[in-house]
Amino acid sequence: MPAGFTSDEIMTVSAARMLRNGAICFVGIGLPSTAANLARLLHAPDAVLIYESGPIGARPAVLPLSIGDGSLAETADTVVSTPEIFRYWLQGGRVDTGFLGAAQLDRFANINTTVIGDYHKPDVRLPGAGGAPEIGISAKEVLVIVKQSRRSFVEKLDFITSAGFLTGGDARERAGIRGKGPIAVITDLCILRPDRETRELTVSSIHPGITREQIRANTGWEVRFSDDCGTTEPPGEEELATLRDLLARTAKAHGATGVAA
Amino acid sequence: MAQWSSLSEAIAAHVHDGDFVALEGFTHLIPFAAGHEIIRQGRRGLALVRMTPDLIHDQMIGAGCAAKLTFSWGGNPGVGSLHRFRDAVENGWPAPLAIEERSHSDLANAYVAGAANLPFAVLRGYVGSSFEPMCPHVRSIVCPFTGERLAATPSIRPDVAIVHAQKADHKGNVLLWGILGVQKEAVLAAKRSIVTVEERVKSLDAPANACILPGWVVDAVCLVPRGAAPSYAHGYYDRDNAFYLRWDAISRERESFRAWLKEHVLDTADFAEYLRVLAGKSSQEAVR
Repeated sequence: MPAGFTSDEIMTVSAARMLRNGAICFVGIGLPSTAANLARLLHAPDAVLIYESGPIGARPAVLPLSIGDGSLAETADTVVSTPEIFRYWLQGGRVDTGFLGAAQLDRFANINTTVIGDYHKPDVRLPGAGGAPEIGISAKEVLVIVKQSRRSFVEKLDFITSAGFLTGGDARERAGIRGKGPIAVITDLCILRPDRETRELTVSSIHPGITREQIRANTGWEVRFSDDCGTTEPPGEEELATLRDLLARTAKAHGATGVAA
Repeated sequence: MAQWSSLSEAIAAHVHDGDFVALEGFTHLIPFAAGHEIIRQGRRGLALVRMTPDLIHDQMIGAGCAAKLTFSWGGNPGVGSLHRFRDAVENGWPAPLAIEERSHSDLANAYVAGAANLPFAVLRGYVGSSFEPMCPHVRSIVCPFTGERLAATPSIRPDVAIVHAQKADHKGNVLLWGILGVQKEAVLAAKRSIVTVEERVKSLDAPANACILPGWVVDAVCLVPRGAAPSYAHGYYDRDNAFYLRWDAISRERESFRAWLKEHVLDTADFAEYLRVLAGKSSQEAVR
């Protein structure tokens, strides 16, 4: 990794860049919330952030620790009930971009946040679905931000919580899913995009200083690289300064618990 | 019609062993005091439902109150796993816990269906996921008008719903604001309801479209200041983020959890005493 920024920083900055100014964005807590708020502070001041707890158009000064922090309600254009968020705003077709994290995903960007192991006798019980199954269906497109490792990028999921491209090809369309699905997966090593035909996640951009061997070593399937695979543009000065300032303000506001939420 | 009563009387009157109980709150206004009182009174065999079970459900599950949990996201927000929940699911301790797993959209819709006196909820959901093959409560229905296949799930009709709110007046009309979650739907879907509030006021003084539960849909109203702590009550107090972090260590092992539960919940008379014990602990830790 070149001096000047960390792998977490380039992951967050790369993900933030993907959010279009003016996009209506349904934001998951954690890394997606960090990236979406960074985008709002940089190139996307008119992005509308929707949180599943009810705030629409939230502009928190520091990152929320939980999906229902008071700062989200205080800075939002309006706060609606949770049924309304899911019924009118998400299912109603008003969300451009769903911004999700993942515990595990497979080569077709299907996501698991439910269990590892047998569903009825799990090795690890994960938190569960939250909003992800319907965000993955109803948002016009989906961005996924996740740290890449053999634990997170697996050959086969034990449970599909949220559909990506299912078994690849046109399986998603055949299942009758309306949204386009994941358009990019942004990790601490690279950016992957679905292949136009097979819909398999393919490395399209490698972060500076990362080798193809490192990416292979951290992927649970035989990962492919696109023909025009390039190098990710390193975070610029303003991007880094804004991210660091946001995280510092967050840590100050939340005290010792101010880990990047 | 709402009766003002103590929380212990309300739980004794309305929450029985084996009941289907909703305690709701989406990060905000979580009814911690009521959950503690359920533990104190030793309820057993409860079927619990909550969209986002967190620390209070971890405590009730670890205390042995629950036989089943219906939920859509179970975790310690911003911190990690619920260790008591996981111990119950993965190892059956202190008792096996059946789970009925939903998505947020499903469970929110299922409360709406319950409040609307319908047998099931319909949503564009779960397509392509493992839910329909793995979870028998997730099924599908064909729209009689368009032929579209949609997800159908049973509505949520609790025996009793318990929520926390900011204010109630002398008639038991309840006002809540900020992040509302599914509290109104949970109360309207349930046969009985208990509301704990921060403040008892002469008049709610609320605008016309405010979220108000009229006293005649509520059974018991209880004055419990800070009754949502360590979560927050908008306009009253902030979330105690440090406690959520500390819970990870307290709950990780069965013995440390049991010791905490005994000292803070089982051996305290009510939530006010719990808060005093907790405050004493925190200041001791600060001195160290």
